Amino acid sequence: MELFTNQVLAGIATGAIYACMALAVVMIYQAIDHLNFAQGEMAMFSTFISWQLMQWGIPYWWAFLATLIISFGGGILIERLLFKPLAKAPVLTNVAGFIALFAIVNSVAGLTWDFTIKQYPTPFGSSPFLGSQLISTHQAGMIGVTLLMLIGLYLFFQFTRIGLAMRAAAALPESARLVGVNTSWMIALGWGMASAIGAVAGILIAPVVFLEPNMMGGVLVYGFAAAVLGGLTSPLGAVLGGFLVGVFENLAGTYIPGVGNELKLPIALALIITVLVVKPAGLLGRPIVKRV
Amino acid sequence: MSAAAEDAVAEAPAVEAVPKRAMTLGTGASLVILAALLITPVFVKNFVIFQMTMLLIYGLAVLALNILTGGSGQFSLGQSAFYALGAYTSAILMEHVGMNYVLTLPIAGLICFALGFLFGQPALRLSGVYLALATFALATAMPQLLKLGFFEHWTGGVQGLVVTKPDAPFDLPMSQDKWLYYFTLVISIGIYIASVNLLRSRSGRAFMAIRDNEIAASAMGVDVALYKTLAFGVSACITGIAGGLGAIAVQFVAPDGYTFTLAISLFLGMVVGGVGWLPGSIVGSAFIIFVPNIAESISKGLSGAVFGVLLFLVIFLVPHGARDVVKLVERRRSWKV
Repeated sequence: MELFTNQVLAGIATGAIYACMALAVVMIYQAIDHLNFAQGEMAMFSTFISWQLMQWGIPYWWAFLATLIISFGGGILIERLLFKPLAKAPVLTNVAGFIALFAIVNSVAGLTWDFTIKQYPTPFGSSPFLGSQLISTHQAGMIGVTLLMLIGLYLFFQFTRIGLAMRAAAALPESARLVGVNTSWMIALGWGMASAIGAVAGILIAPVVFLEPNMMGGVLVYGFAAAVLGGLTSPLGAVLGGFLVGVFENLAGTYIPGVGNELKLPIALALIITVLVVKPAGLLGRPIVKRV
Repeated sequence: MSAAAEDAVAEAPAVEAVPKRAMTLGTGASLVILAALLITPVFVKNFVIFQMTMLLIYGLAVLALNILTGGSGQFSLGQSAFYALGAYTSAILMEHVGMNYVLTLPIAGLICFALGFLFGQPALRLSGVYLALATFALATAMPQLLKLGFFEHWTGGVQGLVVTKPDAPFDLPMSQDKWLYYFTLVISIGIYIASVNLLRSRSGRAFMAIRDNEIAASAMGVDVALYKTLAFGVSACITGIAGGLGAIAVQFVAPDGYTFTLAISLFLGMVVGGVGWLPGSIVGSAFIIFVPNIAESISKGLSGAVFGVLLFLVIFLVPHGARDVVKLVERRRSWKV
């Protein structure tokens, strides 16, 4: 039983990261109807920025804050420069654009900080949390920071004018424009926020997976799995999906014989395909309506 | 996915459903290219011949993706998985069963056809980004599946398998590389002609009808489910044959040779060559083979960035890839006349 509780708690902790990634993916998907395949690389780049800031002697939380602001600006910049001109282009062109971004970010990070694996500090420490053997303080911290951010986002979307405008622009762009919402800037804002959310995910997972240019590859696949499970059109679903995928991954790794560590990615694949076949809209998403 | 994005898929540059003269550059140009492909190996070093072989092999894989995307409007970021399957099938049959390399290729093709057809079943329900996602996951998962301890006896696990390079048959006075090149050339030309004919056939027109408007196609009596999975199967089959040839040419298979990067490369090759324009496949293949080498020679680790920047240039300046360039050249020529 203790093994079970332990695995569930550890699953929730990594699930928090997947939730962040899924949330970032959904933010951009809502804004422009495309999946950002470069989301993981953007998060990795943000994490490197925070690491660099700390190398220059800036304390952890200041570096954290500065990274969020830089990532936010970077996300907006990428949208304005590269993806706004592609807004009317076919899906295929957009996918190519995301892949190009992926390659550029990965390569530039490798050139700047090279491919050696780096230790990344945690502000929470790795001792057992509150004397319990079940969960480490870093894992508890991961869950805590994620929850804080989620509450912040919820408040932003429910109770601020800009949050409302963003939701309107995502749901019905034409009508939103007619009532005076600047939809183009709402999309840029969505990019900025997605980029900042990704940065949080990267910074929190870096002490676990270590810092290197390819660190987010696996995490992104789980993020996608989580987003699909929860429904690509629902931010709340993405978060729920993240936690579910985290727990599911850990339990499958522990209890299904032969899965272990090496089969965890194929599990994400199986999960994605199963959800898409059984319930394509995901747990909380709206179903897709086709028009001829 | 919204209706707008749905339309956008259909807007992808397309194979025209004209029955004849699909090759816009004309027969003359293709004969010149064919002659060049036939004669060059006589004069160049073995390494260049090897690169030309790889050019043809990747060309086949890009062609396969082109049939899927340009033909039926579905796209895939998971071609590396089928390429890996083909490569491993050939390698295992040659090394463990002792089968002749020529025979392993059709078997690799058949296995990939079957698996592609099966993967096409769940893929049926997906379109646009969802399909990209499912195939993306397939590409990421494949290397891990190949590393599994369970198959290690056959696949060699992380170490992979070494494949013996075949000698030229009938005591032909030819180096192994040269023989393999001509062997690949014959297969490539055969598959190319078959693909052009496939797209011009009844099935090909069914693919295009689905690509342009799925619902209208089904209203006209096209069995949408059958033709979509069929397109996946055919594409996987050709990719598998390319993979088998690749394994023989490189003489080695290992899980890390077939990662998501390969899938991206093939996708880029298709975009650069021009989606739905089959002759563009070889241009795309040249792009993905030579550009990383050139970039790497400028600075190590730069290839990704150069790749990405060039790709952005392509989608901004020539959205239909090499096809746009060819059209431009043709227009110039017609002005002169």
